[in-house]
Amino acid sequence: MSRVATIARRSFLIGSAAIAGGVVFGVYQVKKPHANPLRDGLQPGQTALNPWVRIDKDAVTLITPHVDLGQGAHSVQALLIAEELDIEFGQFRIEPGTPAPAYYNRALANEQVPFLSHDTSFQAEAMRGVVGGLFKVMGVMVTGGSSTVADSFDKLREAGAVARETLKLAASKKTGVPVAQLKTARGAVQLPDGKELKYTELAELAATLEPVSNVTLREPSQWRLIGKPVQRLDIVAKSTGTLQYGIDLAMDGMVHAAVKVNPRQGGKLNRYDATRAKTMRGVKHVVPVTNGVAVVADNTWRAFQAARAIECDWGPAPYPAEMAGHWSAIAASFTPERLDKEWRNDGNVDQAATQGKVIEAEYKAPYVAHQPLEPLSAIVKVGADGVDVWVAHQMPRFLQQKVAAVTGHKPEQVRFHQQYAGGSFGHRLEFENVTLCAEIAKQMPGTPVKLTYSREEDFAHDFPRQIGMARGKGTVRDGKVDSYDLQVATVSSSASQSDRLGQPGPPGADGQIAAGAWNQPFAIPNFRMRAYKVPELAPTSSWRSVGASSQGYFANAFLDELIHAAGADPLQERLRLCNDAVSRKVLEAVGEMANWGTKLEPNRGRGLAFVDSFGVPVAEVVEVTQTDKGIRIDKVFVALDVGRVIDPANFDNQVKGAVVWGLGHAMNCEITYADGMAQQSNFPQHPGMRLDQCPQILVRGLQNGPQVRGTGEPPVPPAAPALAAAIFAATGKRLREMPFSKSIAFA
Amino acid sequence: MKLNVNGRDHEVNVEPEMPLLWVLRDELHITGPKYGCGIGYCGACTVHIGGVAVRSCSMPVSAVSAPVVTIEGLGQPEALHAVQKAWIEHQVAQCGYCQSGQMMTAAAFLAGAVNIPTDAQIDGAMGANLCRCGTYPRIREAVKTAAKSLKGA
Repeated sequence: MSRVATIARRSFLIGSAAIAGGVVFGVYQVKKPHANPLRDGLQPGQTALNPWVRIDKDAVTLITPHVDLGQGAHSVQALLIAEELDIEFGQFRIEPGTPAPAYYNRALANEQVPFLSHDTSFQAEAMRGVVGGLFKVMGVMVTGGSSTVADSFDKLREAGAVARETLKLAASKKTGVPVAQLKTARGAVQLPDGKELKYTELAELAATLEPVSNVTLREPSQWRLIGKPVQRLDIVAKSTGTLQYGIDLAMDGMVHAAVKVNPRQGGKLNRYDATRAKTMRGVKHVVPVTNGVAVVADNTWRAFQAARAIECDWGPAPYPAEMAGHWSAIAASFTPERLDKEWRNDGNVDQAATQGKVIEAEYKAPYVAHQPLEPLSAIVKVGADGVDVWVAHQMPRFLQQKVAAVTGHKPEQVRFHQQYAGGSFGHRLEFENVTLCAEIAKQMPGTPVKLTYSREEDFAHDFPRQIGMARGKGTVRDGKVDSYDLQVATVSSSASQSDRLGQPGPPGADGQIAAGAWNQPFAIPNFRMRAYKVPELAPTSSWRSVGASSQGYFANAFLDELIHAAGADPLQERLRLCNDAVSRKVLEAVGEMANWGTKLEPNRGRGLAFVDSFGVPVAEVVEVTQTDKGIRIDKVFVALDVGRVIDPANFDNQVKGAVVWGLGHAMNCEITYADGMAQQSNFPQHPGMRLDQCPQILVRGLQNGPQVRGTGEPPVPPAAPALAAAIFAATGKRLREMPFSKSIAFA
Repeated sequence: MKLNVNGRDHEVNVEPEMPLLWVLRDELHITGPKYGCGIGYCGACTVHIGGVAVRSCSMPVSAVSAPVVTIEGLGQPEALHAVQKAWIEHQVAQCGYCQSGQMMTAAAFLAGAVNIPTDAQIDGAMGANLCRCGTYPRIREAVKTAAKSLKGA
């Protein structure tokens, strides 16, 4: 009920655009709404009722601005509009839309504030309002932070409802039948006599009307689509090889480019010799680019071969050349000067340390690469009147600025054509593939230039996950955890990204250094969490689940050691300490699923971890067996609360994929630097999990949380510490450094 | 150089050492086979040559001596192969980039399987194809469904 009431109070912006017979349909109004981007470029006969729904006489088109990186974003966005619009899958087209401030990401803005996601206090909400307003003013259009569903849940349903009611009004005007007697279903308005008027037939008239803004969203009991499995819109194409990814795109006159850029990221190119490359078959040009050189050829493979044949003399890396230098910089950052923020200080940990048994431990998490299976690519064509860019990207509006800065155009002259992505995991928040392609294309105006990274080039320039360390000191008394003092020091991937964006970082402390560690819903009597910002080392970026991917491991690994020292049970002790009702249910659920407490064979072990990231509490239990070939992961049980499961089929797939991601990288992946260059250049050195290593994964989605949340990232962080705890239970060996393959073999 | 792909003959004029993958993608514009690692490790480029699953990124085009079938030749949206049907039924794909290779590997494996494969046999057959999204649990299920459908037919 409260949700309906909240929505009824909100004012809608309805930018119904009346362009010669079509209609585009709603953006929230903070003070003044953003312009409806669909008004530009409407063809005769089209209507844009709001920024998410466009109807003309031939088709209903739903705009899905969150890029589909494989997480099913297109389908879930379309589903939310279709729920209220009363249109079925198969009756509409989808389009990614064009970069526009109207598509600013409200949910991600809400996560940029230093309050627990579940904290709905006045102070927390007020801060969200301020930051959300900033995001709106800036029109920050981002796919990331597991925010697609959270950002879309209300606003896309409202867009669907506004469009539906406006179409009913149009039908009423056309037929004289009062709106109250009209119904809608399957893309049409139904008259009392059983006659139907298709939405497409009503588009022209709807465009002339002031859109209906007083709509009430349907109660969950009335939902046709939400909460039921749907067939993803892209599933047939992805199962027949017919889906075209960015890397598959070709166009007339297109040339193929490859780059060779200093593998010491950010280092200069001193000189190069392309004599041999220029003589190779198919090579058209060799041109300089920032910190490197590019080959333009008539075929991707020929471009790769020629790029390899260029001899380069590289300048030094602007960061320590060897890993020892990275680790020592991190170890030296646990100082008052480097303290980014003391995030929590309950009780008195210093005093507690004088009473009871003291446990101390240190943990490490390495740089890790993103490496989606589709290597980065881009197509750029520089023309007299502007620039066209075809690529899959998570931040299209920043991309326009980046490209414009290279080519000398205005950002609005950069026409962005969103593509399907063969994965991202944060990789497509970066711009280098696009700006390098723009540099090449600028040197050959009028020609579409397709730049494809070789896998080796992609690894060398990955912008990996943050590296970091943690130091824990705690005490146990009377069989209980009594104090918990965790210090985390990592580089700031947010600062590194902001630097490349030419933007100041988010104001205040970097929440990602503390993510998953400070916000544990455990009322340990003495609990301190301090975050230290390590000076920038190698450039880093957001990696699936960002800060929590390493901090969730630190937090759980240390808590597990304390619970063990106390002689307590990992689940029971967490339940005893848990002070959040939603999290408690998650812990109870995973315990029930895993039959926690039952005995396992002597060579087997069970481990538990809990992390709240992006507002989603997740608990995982991992079961392992020690075999003569190494550790075998048998089963994983996952319980999580996203408030509302929109599509159970996609939810299940996302959660399992996130568990595989978390486990696989914890097992055997890291990026290390030697002579300033990443030592891992292809998948054999950074393999992740393979199918024959994949455990059985059982998932339970709870719906007790107050808000709808995304699920692409939150199941990642608990996987690594749950695995470490299971291995400890099976072998007695503590794993304090990722990847675990450094100290134990996996079958 | 002559090449038969998905039942069609093509004449290509390329270096003999050019990998089949790049002939398919850049010369013939058949883009179902994907470039993933370029070293035969990830399996995204898998095609059938004479019915055998082969990593086209590491197969020089001059060494191709039998007809080539890509995912496009295995089946089309209106005429699906049993493996593709199973992939749709189980909604295996997330990003989908590896799935052409996964399905080609599965189709060759099942064509040669005498019985419905065991879990261990599926792991053995599919273990060398990488999926970064982690769709492995569904791949296993889809292979089983496809196996049943092929044996029942």
